[in-house]
Amino acid sequence: MARAVTTRHRTIATVAAWIVALLIFFPILYTIITSFKSEAEAIQGFSLIPSGTIESYAEVEAQRGYFHFFLNSVILSVGSTVLALIIAVPAAWAMAFSPTRRTKDVLMWMLSTKMMPAVAVLFPIYLIFRNLGLLDSRIGITVMLMLINLPIVVWMLYTYFREIPGEILEAARMDGASLWGEIIYVLTPMAIPGIASTMLLNIILAWNEAFWTLRLTTANAAPLTAFISSFSSPEGLFWAKLSAASTLAIAPILIMGWFSQRQLVRGLTFGAVK
Amino acid sequence: MATKQTNSLARLMMAPSVILLLVWMVVPLAFTLWFSFQQYNPLNPIRDGFVGFSNYLLFFNNPAFIASIINTLLLVVSVLLITVIGGILLALLLDQPMWGQGFVRILVISPFFVMPPVAALVWKNMLMHPGYGVFADMARFFGLQPIDWFAQYPLFSIILIVAWQWLPFATLILLTSLQSLDGEQKEAAEMDGAGVLSRFCYLTLPHLARAITVVVLIQTIFLLSIYAEILVTTNGGPGYASTNLPFLVYQKALLEFKIGQASAGGIIAVILANIVAFFVMRYAGRNLDR
Repeated sequence: MARAVTTRHRTIATVAAWIVALLIFFPILYTIITSFKSEAEAIQGFSLIPSGTIESYAEVEAQRGYFHFFLNSVILSVGSTVLALIIAVPAAWAMAFSPTRRTKDVLMWMLSTKMMPAVAVLFPIYLIFRNLGLLDSRIGITVMLMLINLPIVVWMLYTYFREIPGEILEAARMDGASLWGEIIYVLTPMAIPGIASTMLLNIILAWNEAFWTLRLTTANAAPLTAFISSFSSPEGLFWAKLSAASTLAIAPILIMGWFSQRQLVRGLTFGAVK
Repeated sequence: MATKQTNSLARLMMAPSVILLLVWMVVPLAFTLWFSFQQYNPLNPIRDGFVGFSNYLLFFNNPAFIASIINTLLLVVSVLLITVIGGILLALLLDQPMWGQGFVRILVISPFFVMPPVAALVWKNMLMHPGYGVFADMARFFGLQPIDWFAQYPLFSIILIVAWQWLPFATLILLTSLQSLDGEQKEAAEMDGAGVLSRFCYLTLPHLARAITVVVLIQTIFLLSIYAEILVTTNGGPGYASTNLPFLVYQKALLEFKIGQASAGGIIAVILANIVAFFVMRYAGRNLDR
């Protein structure tokens, strides 16, 4: 009897969950569908079956130079993440393996910098960037994205490093390993998964950052966030092109995101929910 | 067992992060604080100088300021309510045994990875457009008058878009927490004859409390600084109907060049964020002790 109830229960849950999930996913699905329509088709009314043309994709590149912005997104998100890791790995390392009384305070203070609203420093940053000639430069935005994500990178790495058992360190020390030897040969292999997860989450966050990338770039260093925003000007209805550009802009991150669900929970809750 | 040598090495390893963040936090904020007491307009440098608190008074007396504060709070609270309640219901549903659970999860989490300008423009054009949007098509199908969402309900429209972006986050966190609930406890409660509702109230909800707190705190940080979604949809309008505090500060600083007032607004945003930050830090700190 219990078996029958379970199957019925499972069927109802499956149907309900699929309906809700498809509703939530619908805007993305419809964007992908519309990207394979022509501009005329796109505004002809609701239709889930596109003609399958790829002219929008071709035009987005030919008319608006899509690839330039895509390349900028890749450079900025990967560059800022790598830069953040280079700076954060030693810090998180030190805090996890040689903690002092002040380690906790330092961590908390780092987190607090993440809570400063961007608008509060909009004009000073704009001014500093202008005077240093960094406006619309890839280097400037890379540093900016690195700074806003640095606290999360340190925190995430710290929570991963802390789980590496200290006994291994002691064993290595007994065998006469130097500190650098310890780090390079013993701990790094164990830390790679944590570093990889941190990297993944931060590429996603940097890719989608839409305040500084919009305000500090115009053309040369503008990533996809700025490119897509340019579609908001009411110069006509280019929905098929908007859809094609959007699909290309979210596809790589969507796929990365699907693989990083666990890390996302962990990274964005500072290890509070695992 | 740390020696003096490893201690100083540890300090050296932490130095770059600490110095960078310190400079990043202190220098621009000091500028903003200084500007907030100055009359400063890059287009009109003749009347520059110290003006005391008058920027703050100007900002407070601006009707847009009150509107922007109310909009900011409405945006944050509405999105929190929708995402937390919706997230709990959705997490409970996804926690049930079903076919294709992994795929359903992928579908539900997806909106979180969509960059804000894409989310906002897709909703604005393809879903909520009064002429050609899917909602308008649906309204006409049922013989109703299509709604001009961004003209009639600008703030609500933005709330809808932002809630769509954050519902997956809330669901994912709450589902993760739900899955760590002890199955034996649930069975025991069931055997004792506890109904579905009382099991939810006395067992599930207390277990979720921690995750709910985390969701509320993290989302509040991000929701206080919603910007791109407003920029590409309503541009703050009509009037100030969908202008929040970050957007008002942006308008003052980079469109009107009223740097003094913008800086005063920025400092107010900092104070607002600090009230939230206080609770976040307390929570994160407690978590660190375990």
